[in-house]
Amino acid sequence: MATVQNFPFAAIMLYLAGGVTCCVLKPKASKVVCLLLNSLVTVLMFAVLLYTVRTGESYVYWMGHFPAPWGNEIRIGPLEALMGTAFPLIMTLTLLGGMEHIFEDVEPEKTNLYFTVVSLLMVAMLALIFTNDLFTAYVFVEINTIASCALVMLKYRSGRALVATTRYMMMSLLGSGLFLLGIVILYSITGHLLMEPMARKIRELFSTGNYAFPLTVTVGLFAVGMALKSALWPFSAWLPDAHSSATVSSSGILSGLVVKSYIILLLKIFYRVIGIDLVYSSGITNILFLFGFGAIVFGSFYALREKDIKRMLAYSSVAQIGYIYLGIGIGTSLGAKAACIQILVHAITKPLLFCTAGAFMSASGGSRRFENLRGAGRRDLLSGIAFTIGALSMIGIPLFAGFITKLHLTRSLFLFGTWKFWFGIAALVISTVLNTLYYLAAVSVLFQKVPGDSPPVERPSASLFYRCSVIIFSVLNLLYGIFSEPVTQIIQSGLSLFS
Amino acid sequence: MIALFINWVEGEDTVPVPEKDSPSRNPGREKRHSTKVSNRVGSSSSHTKELTLLYDVLSVVVCLTVICALLVTVSWLPKFGSSDNPAENEVYTRYVESELREAGAVNTVAGMILDYRAFDTLGESNVLFVAVVSVIILLRADRKGKNHTLNLPELATTPEEKPDDEILRFSARILIPAVLLFGIYVVLNGHLSAGGGFSGGAILGGAMILYVRAFGVEKMEKIFTFSTYKWITFGALMTYTLLKTWSFYTGANGLESGIPLGKPGAILSGGLILPLNICVGLVVACTMYAFYSLFSKGGFGNGQ
Repeated sequence: MATVQNFPFAAIMLYLAGGVTCCVLKPKASKVVCLLLNSLVTVLMFAVLLYTVRTGESYVYWMGHFPAPWGNEIRIGPLEALMGTAFPLIMTLTLLGGMEHIFEDVEPEKTNLYFTVVSLLMVAMLALIFTNDLFTAYVFVEINTIASCALVMLKYRSGRALVATTRYMMMSLLGSGLFLLGIVILYSITGHLLMEPMARKIRELFSTGNYAFPLTVTVGLFAVGMALKSALWPFSAWLPDAHSSATVSSSGILSGLVVKSYIILLLKIFYRVIGIDLVYSSGITNILFLFGFGAIVFGSFYALREKDIKRMLAYSSVAQIGYIYLGIGIGTSLGAKAACIQILVHAITKPLLFCTAGAFMSASGGSRRFENLRGAGRRDLLSGIAFTIGALSMIGIPLFAGFITKLHLTRSLFLFGTWKFWFGIAALVISTVLNTLYYLAAVSVLFQKVPGDSPPVERPSASLFYRCSVIIFSVLNLLYGIFSEPVTQIIQSGLSLFS
Repeated sequence: MIALFINWVEGEDTVPVPEKDSPSRNPGREKRHSTKVSNRVGSSSSHTKELTLLYDVLSVVVCLTVICALLVTVSWLPKFGSSDNPAENEVYTRYVESELREAGAVNTVAGMILDYRAFDTLGESNVLFVAVVSVIILLRADRKGKNHTLNLPELATTPEEKPDDEILRFSARILIPAVLLFGIYVVLNGHLSAGGGFSGGAILGGAMILYVRAFGVEKMEKIFTFSTYKWITFGALMTYTLLKTWSFYTGANGLESGIPLGKPGAILSGGLILPLNICVGLVVACTMYAFYSLFSKGGFGNGQ
């Protein structure tokens, strides 16, 4: 076994050890540990990505001395390695971008716990990406749930954050419960928890027609469970509050990464366990498609109405998650490819927008409302430009990352050509118009000349790290918008290994 | 039509929420503030009575539908315990037949959770850890007894727990050593008999809670403070992670782990299962006690 193949396992163990260590360190030290860990894992996973792209195959890594149906194992292919590289990278940048806010918003004595929670969250998300076993997935879904609630709660002196956490926790636990029921039913009719034997057994059952009803119910349970946790409309009522009342980095992490980890798990279940044919014939894809359509339309409308920058971004997340489900709902591999592309696009754009929103807030006396943010982009020019880049990407202007999603979605819709074609195109058109309306309104408010010519407030706290993070995010966005082909290739080869 | 839409976009359906989440001293005000927020969420129109009624009816309908669907599903599932169940397959056979030879534990369940599927159990211990961390974030008060996260002014104003219950103290004096001993036995014999880290740890945690109820916080503080808790959990989880890192690494690379399995039935047998059980036991015991003291006092003692 090549040394590089050990890295995904090493990444999980490093995060575990790091999370436990941050618990006993002082806040400053735990910050350093957490950041170093994230950067190290990014490098390690990048090596794995190069390795899997070169071999073009996925491999299985035993977690112990016993082969799979008896022991645990993780499986890494190009798609898993790509996500495994993107997640720690985005995590590092988001933490850097919101670091000042973390030290303001989190109670000083508990700041080290922020980094503990972040590390454990990374353990959970990486394990969800790599897992090859449904029960392992459930265990790490639990960690993911608790840790992401803790991230919202960590903003102290905020009644709003507590209420949002409670709602988030209820909905998220409901999702976990449905997911667990799905696993139980599937286990009792297949006798396996490992993905490959389960998939074999399900194909057999599907062709003989045994247990048709439980199988359909299971598909529904998985879809609804994961939709609840990833805030697909109409299950998204918790998202705007949870994502907007948390501290800036948490908002970026939650809408950029946490939500995506569940969608990746759902994709794995659809493609590797149940088989997309069965999912398709059960009609769940149509429902997901319609929900995605609803998410795009309603999320955009509510974002248009919002007067609070973070809540506007959160509603925009609802719409962007709609794109992912629209892609999954098409039910073809092209659609799934578009969904994976959108996962990455949103994951690099939304944290950037949240980090810059945090900077505007500090440049305007802590206010989040647009009427107080007038001219914030002039006071903090770098953030203003970065926000504009993010906004253009979310609208879907060519040369920016968001365009790539729309391109691939349109392509897969064209090649599918049923009623979904019209709905999909309608969703894309409506959301592009609405996105333009609210993002351009936001940008114009931010760059407005303030009447009365208030003295420019230089942000004393804009640190070097923040600048680096925002610049790297913007560059990544442009790079991805211009040279997206290699990433698309990786996603394609990874998805083809899924079935 | 367009005018209506513009009105909707311009309008705001709620009472303006205070701009900054200002620290409010008054718990009553805090509560009002939160209800306002929760009303704001989710729907565009104000919650009228009819709408609430519609929500209630719909939620009942949805719940009943889901319940019926699940009940019908259960009736389709294979009969519990019959010998031709899909779950009676090679997985089960190998666990039962070769566990003693491969993992070396007389207690097959211990062999399964701490050797075959140790990665899941490692995750599970970290679920406990992250749960305690979340409760610490929510409930732990500062040195003066003020909880900043919940914004409670004086959590420590509850009457000083000065237990002077002689009956409780007398029976605790007799019970606690026995309970502790039993807990340690259950942890250490996890690989030989029913039990293990999770159940033994819960017993140990129960003994600690009994001790603090009977003898008060001051006595407990002499032996167990927040930093004791922190370091024990750190040590146990770190040991667990390092041991398992070694075992996973050697396993995946096809190397000899060099950990002797020992003679089945002896106390020093079962490879890593015994040390792992001890780690899990420590984590669970500390978790139990931490939950108790955080929920009751917001900390591990006065000033902590």
